[in-house]
Amino acid sequence: MTTHSADTDVLEITPLHALHIELGAKMVPFAGYDMPVQYKDGVLSEHLHTRAEAGLFDVSHMGQAFLIGPDHEAVSRALEALVPGDILGLTPGSIRYTLLLNDKGGIRDDLMVTRTQEDGKLFLIVNAACKHQDFAHIEANLPGDIKMQRIEDRALIALQGPKAVEVLARFAPAVLSMDFMTSENINVAGIPCFVSRSGYTGEDGNEISVPADKAVELTRKLLGEAEVKPIGLGARDSLRLEAGLCLYGHDIDETTTPIEGALGWTIGKRRRAEANFPGTKIIMEQIASGVARKRVGILPEGKAPAREHTEIVDGAGNVIGEITSGGYGPTVGGPIAMGYVETAFAKVGMEVELIVRGKGRPAKVVAMPFVEKRFHRPAKN
Amino acid sequence: MSEIRFTDQHEWVRVEGETATIGITDYAQEQLGDVVYVELPEVGKPVTAGDEAAVVESVKAASEVYAPVSGEIIEVNSDLEGAPGSVNEDAMGRGWFVKMKLSDASELAKLMDEDAYRAFVDGLA
Repeated sequence: MTTHSADTDVLEITPLHALHIELGAKMVPFAGYDMPVQYKDGVLSEHLHTRAEAGLFDVSHMGQAFLIGPDHEAVSRALEALVPGDILGLTPGSIRYTLLLNDKGGIRDDLMVTRTQEDGKLFLIVNAACKHQDFAHIEANLPGDIKMQRIEDRALIALQGPKAVEVLARFAPAVLSMDFMTSENINVAGIPCFVSRSGYTGEDGNEISVPADKAVELTRKLLGEAEVKPIGLGARDSLRLEAGLCLYGHDIDETTTPIEGALGWTIGKRRRAEANFPGTKIIMEQIASGVARKRVGILPEGKAPAREHTEIVDGAGNVIGEITSGGYGPTVGGPIAMGYVETAFAKVGMEVELIVRGKGRPAKVVAMPFVEKRFHRPAKN
Repeated sequence: MSEIRFTDQHEWVRVEGETATIGITDYAQEQLGDVVYVELPEVGKPVTAGDEAAVVESVKAASEVYAPVSGEIIEVNSDLEGAPGSVNEDAMGRGWFVKMKLSDASELAKLMDEDAYRAFVDGLA
């Protein structure tokens, strides 16, 4: 397939590719796809718009699949052999954020797992860069009665921001009553979709799996609403960084365990007691005795951004860590970062220095998110 | 009468007498995207043509700005600290980076004039 970007390698395209070009997107290669990094308004404006109203993202490059077995217990146990999350305990329509682990307790990918309304059927969304390896890995480790079905005929779009749900409700009123981290099969503008109340921005909003041949139609309808603007991958990254969310391949990878990655919360009591996920020995040891390094938020005190691979040093100039994601937070109004530091320094308020262009720049270890999350909390009655 | 010249790294230099004002071109700011931070050199710093003169950061990445000519930094645009977006809004004017005292005016002849730069940009993808 041909591409409009400068890259000479052949890139994949999503069902919305022509629409991105029509909207004046600047296209870049990402995970083997030709994707919009920004549109005409630019990253700053797109980021701020998402937090003010509603931003529409094409994330069709991500991997979607079904895991199908005779019943919920069987398919859950099959997946739990590969992830440390509680899949068995999911109620119909609930979503779990979890991690595919390797035998050293390192992270192969992070993913969303939905228990669909159909008994024995799970819906998975994995990262674009990992999807081929993830699906092959899962498939190679399934018991005979469980099947993996890659979904190749659906697009994935995200509508995020304080106005997102209100806008989507004009085409699917049922979304208004959905709880955060739940999913339903809903007709959106008459199109059968899988709709979740979830996202990667720290804002309320939805992620919508739509048949590929209806993706442009649905996207145009949503873009036709006054509150909605198209948002590229540039702002997607600054939004998730402000929300303290990990980017696989940067903040977490095969060499980081969930404990080092401050993702121990993804391993619940039952799974810790059963200790039956990959890398159990190392992870349980880390839970019991601690880790040598931990992922933390880093707030530079000056104005200079500190990017990935920036060295973190202590007052004496000893290297104590490294930035894994860093840049500018438009809502914060200044530079923000996350990275790993030696555990002794992983305390909120700790003063460190970042080596940017050969000079030490003062920074502090901070709690994340940098911007308060605004996920939907159902009213308590 | 001021004279403007351009480099193939998309810097411009406008000369009035012995003073050169330097910035990045409108093409460069568009390629860069929203500028969020500019790091400027110290006043008094000697600079050779081709040296790094400043750093300009967009949301996504940092880029070097190179000195088109040799000389000494005599002024930096401190407005850029509070308003880095000026580089996007008016790259050829308010978004200037530094002023230099030229040490060798003959270096200007090696740079592109406005027509040559326009042709150069048109030739890019």
